Amino acid sequence: MNKQITLAMGNGGEENNELISKIFYKAFKNEILQKSEDAAVIHGGELAFSTDSFTVSPLFFPGADIGKLAVCGTCNDLAMMGAKPKYLTCSVIIEEGFSTRELEKIVRSMKKELEVNGAVVVSGDTKVVPRGSVDKIFINTTGIGEIQKKGISSNNITTDDVILLSRDIGCHGATIFCAREGIELSTTLESDCASLTHQVQALLDAGVKVTAMRDATRGGVSAVLNEWAKQSNICIEVQEDAVPVSQEVNGVCEMLGFEALNLANEGTFVLAVKKEDAQKALDILHGFENSKNAVTIASVTKQYSQKVILLSPYGTKRFLDTPTGELLPRIC
Amino acid sequence: MSQLQLKDLYDGFRNPEVIEGFAKLINEEAKKLPKPVNIMEVCGGHTHSIMKFGLPQLLPKNINFIHGPGCPVCIMPKERIDHAYILAELDDTILVTLGDMIKVPGSHGSLQDARAKGADVRFVYSPLDTLKIAQENPDKKIIFFAIGFETTTPMTTSLIDIVIKKEIKNIFFHINHVTVPEVMVELIDSRDEHVDSYNNRIDAFLGPSHVSVITGSKIYEKFPKKYNRPVVVAGFEPVDVMEAILMIVRQFNEGRCELEVEYKRLVSYDGNKKAQALIEKYFEKASLFKWRGLGNIPDSGYRLKDEYAYLDAEHIYADILPKEEIEDHKLCICGDILRGMAKPNECTIFGTACKPQTPLGSCMVSSEGACAAYYKYGNLL
Repeated sequence: MNKQITLAMGNGGEENNELISKIFYKAFKNEILQKSEDAAVIHGGELAFSTDSFTVSPLFFPGADIGKLAVCGTCNDLAMMGAKPKYLTCSVIIEEGFSTRELEKIVRSMKKELEVNGAVVVSGDTKVVPRGSVDKIFINTTGIGEIQKKGISSNNITTDDVILLSRDIGCHGATIFCAREGIELSTTLESDCASLTHQVQALLDAGVKVTAMRDATRGGVSAVLNEWAKQSNICIEVQEDAVPVSQEVNGVCEMLGFEALNLANEGTFVLAVKKEDAQKALDILHGFENSKNAVTIASVTKQYSQKVILLSPYGTKRFLDTPTGELLPRIC
Repeated sequence: MSQLQLKDLYDGFRNPEVIEGFAKLINEEAKKLPKPVNIMEVCGGHTHSIMKFGLPQLLPKNINFIHGPGCPVCIMPKERIDHAYILAELDDTILVTLGDMIKVPGSHGSLQDARAKGADVRFVYSPLDTLKIAQENPDKKIIFFAIGFETTTPMTTSLIDIVIKKEIKNIFFHINHVTVPEVMVELIDSRDEHVDSYNNRIDAFLGPSHVSVITGSKIYEKFPKKYNRPVVVAGFEPVDVMEAILMIVRQFNEGRCELEVEYKRLVSYDGNKKAQALIEKYFEKASLFKWRGLGNIPDSGYRLKDEYAYLDAEHIYADILPKEEIEDHKLCICGDILRGMAKPNECTIFGTACKPQTPLGSCMVSSEGACAAYYKYGNLL
């Protein structure tokens, strides 16, 4: 591993995994952590527990802001374990000179999203640091949720499952990239940032046999599928033309040489459900605005264990790897 | 009138039926070939497309791709990256470059490592973005580490043009622009003491379309005429590559050896004369440029003309920039891969000691390098 921490080590991909396993997992090693789920399952399987820190630039972007992101991120991590978010903590580190008006705007956003989830902030912390010590504001949220259905785990996927995707991918990553780098595009592109609690609740209420769920944040759908393939020792075969990608996201990817499957999402999730329940799950997801275009994208096989394969519509196949490195545009 | 959408530029060129149609035609034509055809795609962009879209899986066994040296990041020798690293570490300096150049390891590390240690290294989408950085940082020296083939060279010269005309005092240049035809000649014409010759492997070339948008197709004229190698200038979409392969196979079957253009939608014979004039105004050919994995190749790189030496970081900082050459890693066979003599997976350190996260050789560095493309997409085959 590199002697210094580089930006690539926070990419949600290969280097990030290496950093986590070689430093944090090595030191904190325990049975719960090693399951490597979106949220830890604790208290005899009754509670889900998760934490996330949010550092986004710019703080306000089309479709959301850092406040909404900070609540959605943690609540979604809980929801992905089949849990109903209940209690959150909120810790902020603010750079000296930051506008209180903007802080209020961010906190209002958090309040609104907490209401959507039916969760409350019950504890918090505020630190102000000298100018230059942080980039404007960093927010950490930690959450506890009540598990509605036990046994949801990315370690349990088998060939009896199919893989569904809740909506078109890459909107958050592409929006942030355009906003951050000042690429002037005439586009309606906005982040997919949204809470997934209600969709998950509806699936569980209907008794859909969900094996695993994961919101495809940093590292995108590629990272989720690769983690699942490894954790469950399976092969995931993705039909490339089944994966929905909007024209705008495709456009950004084409211009800069990115792969939409590697771009971050904040309100898009991947599901492994039992084959017989796939249509039922899709019907339920189609009832929500944010997942009205949910589709089946992949099957689970044993062909290449721990690998994800992308099948093209013209009969070729290739591996879909975990993203590596910083997301950088191609040179020519 | 409906607006042109970005997808209109590629949608039709990824149409499964058209790709399958070309595959069928190539397979039929290839049956008539008297011997296998080895096609070198000179450009890393083509290598990336070929592997990403899995095109070799659609082709018969007697058509082989040889992956060429045309990736601006891959070919950058360690000594030049060391220059960038040293310049980036200077006080009151911002080093600016394009895209994944910051990942390439030199002998001190990569620019990414320099940045992690506190150096101000930034990447831009267009060299012209450097102007904004210079404006926002009037007290700092901005050094643009210019890289790329004929495609990106005009963008650097545009920046130079503005810097001179607007008398901007804090932008300087480290020039690493290289040219395609000279390395193609090197691959065909030079000899290696360990093998009979390189030239028995490359039967035809796939020319990169974006280079020819600038230079015109004329730069490849000598290859069919003098070196008996057909060249087809092709776009990067799967339909483009498949059509170009069909054109090459047909040339062999019909006993022709010509320069042809598949990418007629933007490539002319003469190219962009305004861009060429700008290059001629500010640059001249360097007598030698060292390519990572391939060594020194005559006339294959550009340098700023002496009259613009006041903008040339290599000249200004000559005292602190090392000149001695650095050897590539002993086990790395990138040189052989770039010459078409070996495939990436024939290398003993491929995918083990040498991976995209920890590249030892040039071909693993950029996503467009042959080894990186094999690592990422190719090991199903």
